[in-house]
Amino acid sequence: MIQPKRITLFAGHYGSGKTSIAVNYALYLRRLGKQTVICDLDIVNPYFRTKDSEHMLKSEGVELISSKFANSNVDLPALPQETYGIFCRKDKYAVIDVGGDDRGALALGRYVPYILKEGDYAMLFVANCYRPLTRNASDAFEVMREIEGACGIAFTGVVNNSNIGNETSPEDIVASFEFAEELCGLSSLPLAFTSFDKNLSLLPKCKENEVFPLVLDERYYDIRRN
Amino acid sequence: MTDKVLMKGNEAIAEAAIAAGCRHYFGYPITPQTEIAAYMAKRMPKIGGVFLQAESEIAAINMVYGVAAAGKRAMTSSSSPGISLKSEGISYIAGCDLPALIVNVQRGGPGLGGIQPSQSDYFQATRGGGHGDYHMIVLAPAYVQEMADLTLRGFDLADIYRMPVMILADGTIGQMMEPVKMKEYTPLNISKDWAVTGTKMKRVHNIVNSLCLEPEQLEESNFKRYERYKAVLEKEPMYEEYLTDDADIIIAAFGIAARVSKNAVNEARKMGIRVGLIRPVTLWPFPKKAFEKAADRAKAFISVELSMGQMIEDVELAVHCRRPVYLCNRVGGMIPSPEQVLSKIKEVEENLKK
Repeated sequence: MIQPKRITLFAGHYGSGKTSIAVNYALYLRRLGKQTVICDLDIVNPYFRTKDSEHMLKSEGVELISSKFANSNVDLPALPQETYGIFCRKDKYAVIDVGGDDRGALALGRYVPYILKEGDYAMLFVANCYRPLTRNASDAFEVMREIEGACGIAFTGVVNNSNIGNETSPEDIVASFEFAEELCGLSSLPLAFTSFDKNLSLLPKCKENEVFPLVLDERYYDIRRN
Repeated sequence: MTDKVLMKGNEAIAEAAIAAGCRHYFGYPITPQTEIAAYMAKRMPKIGGVFLQAESEIAAINMVYGVAAAGKRAMTSSSSPGISLKSEGISYIAGCDLPALIVNVQRGGPGLGGIQPSQSDYFQATRGGGHGDYHMIVLAPAYVQEMADLTLRGFDLADIYRMPVMILADGTIGQMMEPVKMKEYTPLNISKDWAVTGTKMKRVHNIVNSLCLEPEQLEESNFKRYERYKAVLEKEPMYEEYLTDDADIIIAAFGIAARVSKNAVNEARKMGIRVGLIRPVTLWPFPKKAFEKAADRAKAFISVELSMGQMIEDVELAVHCRRPVYLCNRVGGMIPSPEQVLSKIKEVEENLKK
């Protein structure tokens, strides 16, 4: 795994898996014994928010900063004032879940001067080659550039989160390595890690220090398998 | 490597519409369906299509009206309050016998309501919504794959019967992500010789409007339209049956409610309760015959809905009130849990023993 930075940001195309990864990464840092805060900067997405994991995060001692209106009926793109605290309390590790695409990343711009000034950060691009608008590396690269343009901070690494939901097979992930390599080549960035459902059997081609297994919640609408 | 992609329900609708040959999309943003417009905005310019964010929902539906009159496949999408605004235009489209696809990714109501999922526009969708005697074919997807499949089917049905078709989804199906395989699609070979495409001085004018100067004429056009509706009622009902063969209790549920109910049915079966599910895929035409037949054997029905009880009326009509029909519901953006449905099943089971 990558060496943790004081601030880790996850951004990418919407639906690429940013929130699942951010929540898992915050819990990972906490389990390493670090004081951790996770912040939901998504002002675009109405459903499936960081706040969905509030209970689990709290039970493990991860602080959550999230809009008061998340998961409510108030469709208001507001950010909580506590967000600024992240940049003052440098004893805590921060994980920032940025909204999807350039539109979602726009809100990050407000905080970028603080992040750049401190300099201890990883800005990770989450990519899934099974999403229809980022099927190949050049389309994903275009999204990457649009996000950078919107928020004013450059990416420092790539997360390969290629999956097709609950039908993902280890072969599908192996088949995505080429995409991830090409994206790293185009952007001249290193691969931070490959993430996938923890329940998938271990991948033959992955080195242990390059993978990040995810614990994914069952949702109420998932058809349960008997 | 898999041939599937991971899509949001809203994206699946947009991509399928493009696959169906739709090159004209007009919309106005509203949660929770905005991804349809966002997707169209990205894709349409790349394939020579039109994406236009109109100044209002009313403008958007009337742009659909115009394109449909010109014989092209057109669509718009919105969520509950936006559909109310579009209802006047939908009535005009129906009155002109034009094909069009309208997507409603429902949210809680009435009024401004909320942004969380709902199914409370069932009456509006199946009973018309706008003024006058008319129907839309109403398709209710329960899986992201079906969001795509029913969009393709919806465009075909609209062209075949020359009427508006509505995809009636809800916020959850719009926002959730599942694997989707885009099916091979062969365009229908249907002549639109009624379309307003310019005569080039070689034929008489085609006139598309919903105005009839003589009441006799207007009556006649209504009669003719309802002849076509008769064919739809006869040929087009679609539904899924799940474990109904030996069922004492039948759940009626569509969309997200059907997914939750399926889990409840599986749990109840483990406890030895004989319960099944009929999931209407078309809400209009309602699959009456499936319920009529089920009522011969089943002793009770439960309608599971994200509304105060709207589809339940169609279930009661379909079983001719021969069997009791119970309601299991949540509203206002809340969704019944499998546990809630299971406890309703147990309660009805107890009632049957009495």
